[in-house]
Amino acid sequence: MTANRPGGPTGVDEAEDTTGPAQVGWVEQALREHDERHDHDGHGAVPDREQQVLDRIDRARRRRPKVREERITMSHGAGGKSTHTLIEAIFLDAFRNPLLEPLEDAASLAIGTAQIALTTDSYVVSPLFFPGGDIGELAINGTVNDLAVSGARPLYLSAGFILEEGFPVADLTRIAGSMRDAAAAAGVQIVTGDTKVVQRGKADGCYINTAGVGVLDRGAALGVAYAQPGDAIIVSGPIGDHGVTIMLARGELDIEADVQSDTAPLNGLIAGLLDAVPGVRAMRDATRGGVATILNEIAKAADVGVLVSEDDIPVRPEVRGAAELLGIDPMYVACEGRLLAVVPGDQADQALAALHTHPLGTHASVIGHVTSDSPGLVHLKTAFGGTRIVDLLVGDPLPRIC
Amino acid sequence: MKFVDEFRDADTAHALAAKIAALCEPGRQYKLMEVCGGHTHTIYKHGLEDYLPESVTLVHGPGCPVCVIPMGRVDDAMALASEPDVIMTSFGDMMRVPGSNGSFFDAKAAGTDIRMVYSPLDSLKIARNNPDKRVVFMAIGFETTAPSTAMTIMRAAQENLQNFSVFCNHVTIIPAIKAILDSPDLRLDGFIGPGHVSTVIGCRPYEFVARDYGKPVVTAGFEPLDILQSIYMLLLQLSEGRSEVENQYSRVVPWDGNPTALKVIGETMQLRPYFEWRGLGFISHSALSVREKYAQFDAELLFHVPGVRVADPKACQCGEVLKGVLKPWECKVFGTACTPETPIGTCMVSPEGACAAYYNYGRMNRHRVKEAVTIQVGRP
Amino acid sequence: MCLGIPGEVIELLPDQPDLARVDVSGVRRVINIGLLTDDPPVPGEWVLIHVGFALSKIDEAEAAAALQFLEGIGQAYADELEALAESRIE
Repeated sequence: MTANRPGGPTGVDEAEDTTGPAQVGWVEQALREHDERHDHDGHGAVPDREQQVLDRIDRARRRRPKVREERITMSHGAGGKSTHTLIEAIFLDAFRNPLLEPLEDAASLAIGTAQIALTTDSYVVSPLFFPGGDIGELAINGTVNDLAVSGARPLYLSAGFILEEGFPVADLTRIAGSMRDAAAAAGVQIVTGDTKVVQRGKADGCYINTAGVGVLDRGAALGVAYAQPGDAIIVSGPIGDHGVTIMLARGELDIEADVQSDTAPLNGLIAGLLDAVPGVRAMRDATRGGVATILNEIAKAADVGVLVSEDDIPVRPEVRGAAELLGIDPMYVACEGRLLAVVPGDQADQALAALHTHPLGTHASVIGHVTSDSPGLVHLKTAFGGTRIVDLLVGDPLPRIC
Repeated sequence: MKFVDEFRDADTAHALAAKIAALCEPGRQYKLMEVCGGHTHTIYKHGLEDYLPESVTLVHGPGCPVCVIPMGRVDDAMALASEPDVIMTSFGDMMRVPGSNGSFFDAKAAGTDIRMVYSPLDSLKIARNNPDKRVVFMAIGFETTAPSTAMTIMRAAQENLQNFSVFCNHVTIIPAIKAILDSPDLRLDGFIGPGHVSTVIGCRPYEFVARDYGKPVVTAGFEPLDILQSIYMLLLQLSEGRSEVENQYSRVVPWDGNPTALKVIGETMQLRPYFEWRGLGFISHSALSVREKYAQFDAELLFHVPGVRVADPKACQCGEVLKGVLKPWECKVFGTACTPETPIGTCMVSPEGACAAYYNYGRMNRHRVKEAVTIQVGRP
Repeated sequence: MCLGIPGEVIELLPDQPDLARVDVSGVRRVINIGLLTDDPPVPGEWVLIHVGFALSKIDEAEAAAALQFLEGIGQAYADELEALAESRIE
């Protein structure tokens, strides 16, 4: 079943005890395992013991994901650990097929002689209108970007609307106008759609789903699983703008700042990059979960280590300030118009040169490298000079940002 | 001057590290406790241990006000949240703390009205905007946060709000430090003293540590250089045979604390005769409750609070981690059964918990990584 | 919980003596300065902010002194490294 997943089903049956608190069953399991291990450890200097614990944790993390909650929580929508667990344990498990397995931003399909990319995204951002854009613009750019980072030329989008009873028609007109303008800027057409209306209180104004198709005419084999030690990791500009903008736009925090969403279509920027650097291994747009999530996806998919340097990650001072005030880390904050690219180390300079010529890539920089050390883990060299790891977050401090 | 970046300079860190290493007596081991969870967080977040010699070990203390809340009290909070027409408001730190039947987060998913706030004043706003609901604020924190709760209660009194109350779980730091000192399990050489608690209580309250127990205390700031400098100051004291209270965080901490803050705490709150701390048991005069004068804002009087004592899950070793007896990775269930996604105890789920800090930032073989980082980045 | 950040006071709110607007790296928020009635901050001064309240003023002189100590250490270290390097050449 999951033969290609390291670790796979370990034969350990995580019998869920549903009578008491859900944890009981696997707690006892872990204790048993610890005791077994303890019998085999004898002596060993302290660092060795710590390494044994780290190894044990690594094995536990590679186990088949399982959703332990009975109900969906906001964490499941955060783009972090819980989301990944949900997708793998429920959706991938139910729909399993080789085309879905890579879990990239878009699926790559062969139809006749053409190679097509297909993607979909739903937009539930609150508030609907914010500095730098609105839900309509997000809905177009987000889907265009998922196609573009997969190496496809975005062509056609569908747009499905779920509207709340009582939603102002003027707002809907405004959103449609934004979508028209965004589509024109990205060079795509909205060719089909759907509209539903639900009762007052059930859709927070407006939810939008867009699906998109593009053509993969470059023949590039892209995917985070292709990352290799020595590769450079590049970000196209300062991170965290969108998430912080949304957080402040909600008005609950009484914070004012000059930030705006970075929502933008990346297909032009990406075309320029692929023209200059055919060896690009993978691209992602840093949305929910931020840059940190993508770095972890690279480490896990390619079973490599990732090392980034805090000094090299561009963050606007206002974004940093707001993040400090709220106690959140910009690395986990969503962007909506930033590209993360993995390129062979010796092509990094060419890649940067190509990105710098485009208005959306003027601040592109190398933030780190892929390594062979500690596969599956992301390490950060802090501005202070020390090192720490960067893990997936469980929950999300910023719900409903895209 | 921004008061942040200047205290994160890597080059100065190298210099301080050299001086610290020079102060260490050959063959001697040094165990220093950082009391405050915020310090534990900074240490791991910035990779500070990379700058310390092998002979200096940092022991994580109980200064995490969420971590020390016993399970029974979490259940009490959940019971309050489930009362009809109640809007429970809480800092984000509390959201994932597991009670006997799940956390605030789980309850929220099941439909309970629980809202995250950044400041207790936000709870007041919610109360004003929802006159038909009863708003409860889950007050947690040491003396750092108690003044803010106190000011909020006084403001509520000024406005004669009828639908606002506080479930008070404020704890005080000195009894916890004393419990650590009296514990036979630990032999500590010195303390990195709490930073922000000290802005309120000042540095005098720590004098008993130096005077009666002979251990140096240095109150430290939260930037990585602050902590490194404090470690340097502690080792200097030890090498010179002194045991005093020193204030490294003098730019923020006044020696006498903040009299206004102490006054408002005194006005609205009093010490409980005793309070149960996870891991440390019952400690007398270690927590605050709302004064009778402000009884209309005391959730424990307005509502029925079960008040049942609940033992920690058998597997949970938070108590020992909080006392500094165990390092996070030494806990039997660390990282396997107990993770941030599936926490068994509070240390893994509070942003200031030692287990959370180690799991999220420090979970690596420091020696191997240090080598790898040097090779990759090309500088020490 | 211990999360406290330095912020610069940029204006006092005229009709609300307990409140002030602060700036943290370009981000502005109104906070309560009621705990600093003994020595209220004025625009230009820095305060430590914690859960919407100013807990303490940041003493620039003390901060400068702390930095001076740190820079001194840094300089001494740099001097030592230099001396070490020079002595090698011989």
